[in-house]
Amino acid sequence: MTHIAIAEQLDDSHEPGGFVTKYIWSQDHKVIAIQYAITAIFVGLIALVLSAIMRLQLGFPDSFSFIDPSSYLQFVTMHGMIMVIYLLTALLLGGFGNYLIPLMIGARDMVFPYLNMLSYWTYLLSVIVLICSFFVTGGPTGAGWTLYPPQAILQGTPGADKGIILMLVSLAIFIVAFTMGGLNYVTTIFQARAKGMTLMRMPLTLWGILTATILGLLAFPALLVSAIMMLFDMLLATSFFMPAIVSLGDNLAYTGGSPILFQHLFWFFGHPEVYIVALPAFGMVSDVIATHARKNIFGYRMMVWAIVAIGGLSFVVWAHHMYVSGMNPYFGFFFATTTLIIAIPTALKVYNWVLTLWRGNIHLTVPMLFAIGFIFTFTHGGLTGLWLGNVVVDLPLSDTYFVVAHFHMVMGVSPVMVLFAAIYHWYPKITGRYFHQGMGKFHFWLTFLGTYAIYLPMHYLGFLGVPRRYFAIGDSNFIPDSAQTLNASITVSAIIVGIVQLIFIYNVIWSLKYGKKAPANPWGATSLEWQTPDTPPKHGNWGAKLPVVHRWAYDFSVPGAESDFIPQNMTDSEVTWVSGQPPQDREKT
Amino acid sequence: MAIAIVILILILVTVIFHFLSPWWFTPIASNWTSIDTTINVTLWVTGFVFIIVNLFLAYAVYRFRYNKNRRADYEPENKKLEGWLTLVTTVGVAAMLAPGLVVWADFVAVPEDADEFEVVGQQWSWSFRFPGKDKVLGKVDTRLISAENPFGLSLSDPFGKDDILVNSNQLHLPINQPVKVLQRSKDVLHNFAVPQFRVKMDLVPGLTSYFWFTPTKLGDYEIFCQELCGFAHYLMRGKITVGSLAEHQQWLTQYPTFAQTQNQPKGDLIAGKKHFQNCVACHGDQGAGNSALNSPRIAGLSQWYIKRQLSYFKDKIRGNKTDDTFGLQMASMMATLPDETAINDVAAYIESLTTIVAKEDLTTLTNATDLSKGKALYSNCRYCHGENGQGNYILNAPNIAGQYDWYLKRQIANFQNRLRGTHQGDLYGNQMVLMARLLHSEQDIDDVSAYISNLPTTVTKTSNQQQLK
Repeated sequence: MTHIAIAEQLDDSHEPGGFVTKYIWSQDHKVIAIQYAITAIFVGLIALVLSAIMRLQLGFPDSFSFIDPSSYLQFVTMHGMIMVIYLLTALLLGGFGNYLIPLMIGARDMVFPYLNMLSYWTYLLSVIVLICSFFVTGGPTGAGWTLYPPQAILQGTPGADKGIILMLVSLAIFIVAFTMGGLNYVTTIFQARAKGMTLMRMPLTLWGILTATILGLLAFPALLVSAIMMLFDMLLATSFFMPAIVSLGDNLAYTGGSPILFQHLFWFFGHPEVYIVALPAFGMVSDVIATHARKNIFGYRMMVWAIVAIGGLSFVVWAHHMYVSGMNPYFGFFFATTTLIIAIPTALKVYNWVLTLWRGNIHLTVPMLFAIGFIFTFTHGGLTGLWLGNVVVDLPLSDTYFVVAHFHMVMGVSPVMVLFAAIYHWYPKITGRYFHQGMGKFHFWLTFLGTYAIYLPMHYLGFLGVPRRYFAIGDSNFIPDSAQTLNASITVSAIIVGIVQLIFIYNVIWSLKYGKKAPANPWGATSLEWQTPDTPPKHGNWGAKLPVVHRWAYDFSVPGAESDFIPQNMTDSEVTWVSGQPPQDREKT
Repeated sequence: MAIAIVILILILVTVIFHFLSPWWFTPIASNWTSIDTTINVTLWVTGFVFIIVNLFLAYAVYRFRYNKNRRADYEPENKKLEGWLTLVTTVGVAAMLAPGLVVWADFVAVPEDADEFEVVGQQWSWSFRFPGKDKVLGKVDTRLISAENPFGLSLSDPFGKDDILVNSNQLHLPINQPVKVLQRSKDVLHNFAVPQFRVKMDLVPGLTSYFWFTPTKLGDYEIFCQELCGFAHYLMRGKITVGSLAEHQQWLTQYPTFAQTQNQPKGDLIAGKKHFQNCVACHGDQGAGNSALNSPRIAGLSQWYIKRQLSYFKDKIRGNKTDDTFGLQMASMMATLPDETAINDVAAYIESLTTIVAKEDLTTLTNATDLSKGKALYSNCRYCHGENGQGNYILNAPNIAGQYDWYLKRQIANFQNRLRGTHQGDLYGNQMVLMARLLHSEQDIDDVSAYISNLPTTVTKTSNQQQLK
């Protein structure tokens, strides 16, 4: 019992004093979360601009003299890398993970607040190193976000002198930051849960974040070692990934290395990475849907096991990215099978989301709109995954625009939909104010319809066989001119979607000052973060007393209860029952 | 409410777009119709699920939209429903996976009667090797690759002697004959992809990858590199012609065996000099060129480059458009070179010339040119033509340093205006057609031309020069 007593105490040793300890060198998980979020959104905006430049070249080739094949590949690479690692991973885990974990489990903070602070500043360092690569001679690497050797470190690729070094170093630093944060998240969830908060009572957001963090802790080391090995190949003339090579006419001294080894290591990280992004999104969207539909999440236990199963399976599907890589083709049987198996728990999650809506009482708030948008885009992106996972279907489609369209639907648009849902959903708790509804809806409609206008047609360029990562298509006897028209229309949609994000940024900033004041629990949510004594929560989150949990996170519209939600920290006797006492036949959770 | 209608509309739009889209798989030209069948099965299964799930979503949102007099149901789980959904999903997944794996089993099992040939990838071109009469490809080693032995064949392996080396990005295959494609790369990853054949595979340095197919339809197809291979990835194209077996054998005879490439005549400089007398009037007796006569400097240009360009002029691959006045003029001169030997000899002689043209004669462009701007623009050229414009045999890129700027300008314009490089017999011209588009204005062309002509001419000592002394 001693550890509970310790947790109960308000530890003021890292209580913020002045501005600097409160907002800069802060050890408060909520401040660190916001630091993570602002940094991630900032680099995300850079990546968004890069994608717009790429689209300009693809939609209107030969029109812009500041885009040449080198800069095009550099923009492609940095766009992908920033979006996947420095935006999505950082915002979902560093941002939302940090903000929500202690609040949702009923803790005062992370268990290692100092480590948490260090994690953010290390992350910021990795971002600075990454941005520096834009300013070195030769510019950032243009090797594609997968950084495949040998080309990543050979002269035929832009940024092969300095850009690639900074990229690899930045990744290594990022992984250090992630490891500090990740160990913290896992330990906190396992060790610091409030009394009564059993694992099977946790909101799905926490299950998503927990599983994703464990995946990250297991997967990122593979990326770390491959980054270090590639640096060695480049700087110390080792040959981990480098066989004998004649590069642009020069016989290089490498011998005996394997480029495919890198791909295995990269995708051993890279595939779980998809779920590192997807699982927190799955969790958060579940909670948004349940709250705004006023209904418990359907099949909670199935949802938890699906998250865990997807997490586990994600480690045995990696080579589906490598069907045409030249690896032993017999691997195709194994990886196609595992990949299609992973579709089953994923499909069940989709069913459970729509079944949660069924017989709900759906408030079409802005977060809910984004959540519904997510179900639609994720269904689309998930189903095209079945195409690419099925090894023979992958043969014609691999490395075409179909792949680009698929992964943007499934791990670009979909998680971003959830991020917007989550930002709008938790905004009143984080800031104490409502965001502007009208701007939020406008943002939703243009983003939702705009992204579909970008990616639906893009699949069809892939069917046709248009290769990805091409600076220009040029003349071709089977790609009709109409494909160029299609490309132009995709570009127009992309630019519109890009501009619309400014409205989101404006809304977030405007509402900080001018937004309507929000009550502590504006959506009538059950989970603990909405039950804090102060909004926004103060340092230590819970005032004098930690909450005690009496029920699962989804007691919405409980039969017999007067209110349509019962917070997790409310006992049965505190609930106002219509009949005066709780119904006897009620299933206990 | 609006969202339910919009989702309904999006489902409709998706279906209509699918059926009206003119963008769909190219007509198949190989044996892999089973892949198309699997794609169709996948399309129907996933399309069905997409429609059903989203119809359900739209209906649920519409039917259970907020009503202050209604309360949501309380139903934590429904084991039976969840069980059924798991089962149905598993069946659907199996329906796609099973045919997929059956087809994959065909894909990994190469038929015994498949003919082997080799695809060799390098930044940013293709070449091919056929096994010759003995039907066995000789041993290769990347470390043996050189300008004289671009395929890196082992000199000691007898099986390699009769290998036919197609040092060109154009391939010919016989119809209805299964082929096993053996692939290797000299430098980075590449991917040999022909959309109409449906199948593709990476080329990986350090190992030999393979796949197989049977071409089933006559015609010309494009080869795309579909694995990012650096700066000019998008220019790594090739062509496959599928024809009859007789045509294929005829095509093969155009290309030398490895043994022949090792014993190629160096070029007779005495004979070359004699032929060169026909060139003197315009290009000067030292090949220095002449601005007044619109003739470029040719002294010291590599024999392989001169040979290729002269054959292009001869075969009307270059200098075949009425707007290309000077190209036509050059093509008409080709009558003075009767055959390949003559071309080889004169090319050897031209390579042996060592004149360097004075700098002030090289730059005549009237537009004020900005050399630093030219240098920046040249960064796109240096990958192939080299930091100093010295050219690179491996990349098929000629020496351009110290060329007259007006000549460079005209050639860039010719590439842009499709007067050069677009003939299907021009192996690498198409790369320049696309590269020339990076220069967006006449000023850009002037700047980069001036920069190149200001690069110091380096005359590398070649065997031809030694021989002349």
